[in-house]
Amino acid sequence: MNLRELEPGTVERKVGEPILSIEGVSLSFGGVKALADVSFDVREHEIRAIIGPNGAGKSSMLNVINGVYRPQQGRITFLGETRTHMDPHRSAKMGIARTFQSLALFKGMSVLDNILAGRNLMMKRNLLWQALRLGPALREEIEHRKRVEEIIDFLEIQHVRRTPVGRLPYGLQKRVDLGRALAAEPRVLLLDEPMAGMNVEEKQDMSRFVLDVNDEFGTTIVLIEHDMGVVMDLSDRVVVLDYGRKIADGTPDEVRASQAVIDAYLGVKH
Amino acid sequence: MPVVDGAHDTFPKLLLRHAGAIGGQPAIREKDLGIWQAWTWGEMRDEVEWLACGLAQAGLTRGAHIAVIGSNRPRLYWTIVAAQALGAIPVPFYEDAVAQEMVYVFQDAEIAFAVVEDQEQADKLFEILPQCPKLKHVWFDDARGLRNYTRAELASYEKLREAGRARSAAEPAFFRDEIAKSRGSDTAIMMYTSGTTGNPKGVVLSHDNLILSSRAYAELEGLRDDEEVLAYLPMAWIGQNLFSYAQWMVVGFRINCPESADTTMTDMREIGPTYYFAPPRVLEALLTQVTIRMEDASWIKRRMFHYFMNLARRVGARLLDGQPVAATDQLLYAIGGLLVYAPLKNALGMSRVRVAYTAGEAIGPDLFVFYRSLGINLKQLYGSTETSVMVCVQPNGEVKPDTVGPPMKGVEIRVLDTGEIVLRCPGLFRAYYKNDDATREAKDAEGWFRTGDAGYFDETGHLKIIDRAKDVGKLLDGTLFAPKYLENKLKFFPYIREAVAFGDGRPAATAMINIDVEAVGDWAERRGIPYSGYTDLAAKPQVRDLVRECVEKVNADLSRDPKLAGSQVQRFVVLHKELDADDGELTRTRKVRRGFIGEKYATIVDALYSGTERCVVEAQVRFEDGRVGTIRAELDVSPVKTFAAQALAA
Repeated sequence: MNLRELEPGTVERKVGEPILSIEGVSLSFGGVKALADVSFDVREHEIRAIIGPNGAGKSSMLNVINGVYRPQQGRITFLGETRTHMDPHRSAKMGIARTFQSLALFKGMSVLDNILAGRNLMMKRNLLWQALRLGPALREEIEHRKRVEEIIDFLEIQHVRRTPVGRLPYGLQKRVDLGRALAAEPRVLLLDEPMAGMNVEEKQDMSRFVLDVNDEFGTTIVLIEHDMGVVMDLSDRVVVLDYGRKIADGTPDEVRASQAVIDAYLGVKH
Repeated sequence: MPVVDGAHDTFPKLLLRHAGAIGGQPAIREKDLGIWQAWTWGEMRDEVEWLACGLAQAGLTRGAHIAVIGSNRPRLYWTIVAAQALGAIPVPFYEDAVAQEMVYVFQDAEIAFAVVEDQEQADKLFEILPQCPKLKHVWFDDARGLRNYTRAELASYEKLREAGRARSAAEPAFFRDEIAKSRGSDTAIMMYTSGTTGNPKGVVLSHDNLILSSRAYAELEGLRDDEEVLAYLPMAWIGQNLFSYAQWMVVGFRINCPESADTTMTDMREIGPTYYFAPPRVLEALLTQVTIRMEDASWIKRRMFHYFMNLARRVGARLLDGQPVAATDQLLYAIGGLLVYAPLKNALGMSRVRVAYTAGEAIGPDLFVFYRSLGINLKQLYGSTETSVMVCVQPNGEVKPDTVGPPMKGVEIRVLDTGEIVLRCPGLFRAYYKNDDATREAKDAEGWFRTGDAGYFDETGHLKIIDRAKDVGKLLDGTLFAPKYLENKLKFFPYIREAVAFGDGRPAATAMINIDVEAVGDWAERRGIPYSGYTDLAAKPQVRDLVRECVEKVNADLSRDPKLAGSQVQRFVVLHKELDADDGELTRTRKVRRGFIGEKYATIVDALYSGTERCVVEAQVRFEDGRVGTIRAELDVSPVKTFAAQALAA
């Protein structure tokens, strides 16, 4: 069989109804208020950016969404189910994947194995079946491998397929991390500073991949980023946080024009 | 063995023949999603039929041109056959050409149809569409990024294929009937030569041209239908077209398309080609990788590598040519084979190579001998787009690094008084497209083609190419002077980056030399010679001596050549600055502009011929930030030892 026979995907990219909404979320660590009464929603298929100065609570927000942190107040609605908090395992099962600012890869393992590890939750056969390489386990492995190869093809990293991740340059490692997250076939992808530490060319490449993920797979993307140029170009809508509060929410143009945002970034006398 | 049969005089007829005779054998493979995916000749026949029917449905007619743009992909190869099946003429493009370079060809050939690989190529075509209003249809292979395009001209390959499938179901005889209408004398393909001056010219090649040339190679090397070939060079290059398309179709072997340009080396190792074609720059890049990896290897491996490579340089090529070698060396070479040569060939992906060719530019003797000494039967050939690469090839057992071998069967060659090579051969092109003046200039009424290259036959009847004919001159005493030949010989030394030879109409040959600042810098560091930069390094007396040794070796080499012994380099200078395209001294493709340099540095040229030992130059240089400054330098003119002409011992 020739895999190329398959018709190219036919996912339509059309921003739809809200898939994820955050209502009145507050999170504090002891006396420190990381998030205070934050509400916003994410619509299906959109690219949603969360920006803000250092310490504004952006990463905390992502951690609330995928259940690493439990907020003291507020509700999270994902795919129509409303909860007071998520938990990491369930959020992954329900289709939320993320990449990490400081990469979460197995440095000694190959690119292929790292991305395959991203499919862990989808493997149905247990360790014993897999170890014995019995029929059903083998068939399953072939299917997983095929999906992983599609991601490798998509991210254009065929030439390093067998290379241990630790030997790759940083920009490529970031791409592998994205691949690992994509392997879970998420409905919502959380990207924590995907362009941090990259040069201009690498940023352009990464932007291209983020847009293509959204375009090809219809994946909803929530991203944190510092590079304003990148954020304004990529996103459909932007949430701005400052000291744990939401100070603006809207299209890039609206946000850019907001006085509160200008004050937060340029500083203002309190 | 090649199909030698008058009934199969076009490529589509050959396809039908293979689909019938060896329909179950794989014809083409492509690595995709990490797996080598294969299509048999039978499957390929069907694909080509659907595609041809689809193209006919879209309006592609006999004699019309269709652009094929992208890297080596099965679907692009099928497009070529499908177009030929309809009697249309494919025009392949270099995939890295920028959009504006494509405009001329689209206008010249009035191209209305294009099959492209991906978004990158499609974007280029939409960029030039306003200038090329005739272009009506663009089909793409890879849909990535093109989903939201709404251009009316754009459609997917799948759509084209489906339309063709419907047509072939309704009209099953259409494909065969169309193929039967073509003759071997019809145009098969048009390839544009990159004009260094003026616009590119479309070289019109017939089926006969390419098929006869391919058969000649197949018979010469005994090619079989189980050869494995890697298809990795640009499709718009005649070398790629002849070796991976024409010969493939004639012999019925297998071609393999790598996954991406970056994976070519790994893919080559997996395939293990038996028949391999590479221009010198590819061979050089492979050697560089080997050298770098050897430097990282353990001490014992490095020692072993150097010991056995020295042995190979001494006896490897002789063994390959079947010449006598001492029994102890034979034994050592066999041990080296186990320990070094076989693993190295495996790493290069060349374990199974029976025949390898190189062509396209002059190859350095060290590079050439490296591969041959490993036991890889690498040979040079000579040809051009206009001759379907069918002129000369080195025969097995008679391979000399500096000739391209005797003429192939059916090729007649004459050398004019000017040194220019003219020839007649069955592969000779029909005409330059819509350019009768150029055709008449290149090809006379009796079919003699002026190659524009200068050369001569050595005493064993092998052709030696020395330069472009227009650059070849004579010294005052009438000795042949081929500047490019001297410059290339000098540049084959790693220490010499550029060389400019003078001598036409002068009493003797002289040269200006640019050292390679990295190689010489490394050499100087190892000897504890301090230097600040290029100018300083170039002025060191030790460096001058180093360069003199190189020039003397070139002279010694020239003295063995009866025709060129008189043009040994008498004096040289090491230039105080690197020749640079920004200063107009090189072209953008790094070719030296000899005339310009001769005028700009007239004082140096005078010093080379006046007998003085020093000269002072002032030169304007343009810095990277655009400022212009002046460099003043004092140069030493160094005389070189020359050698008496030697009669070559037979």
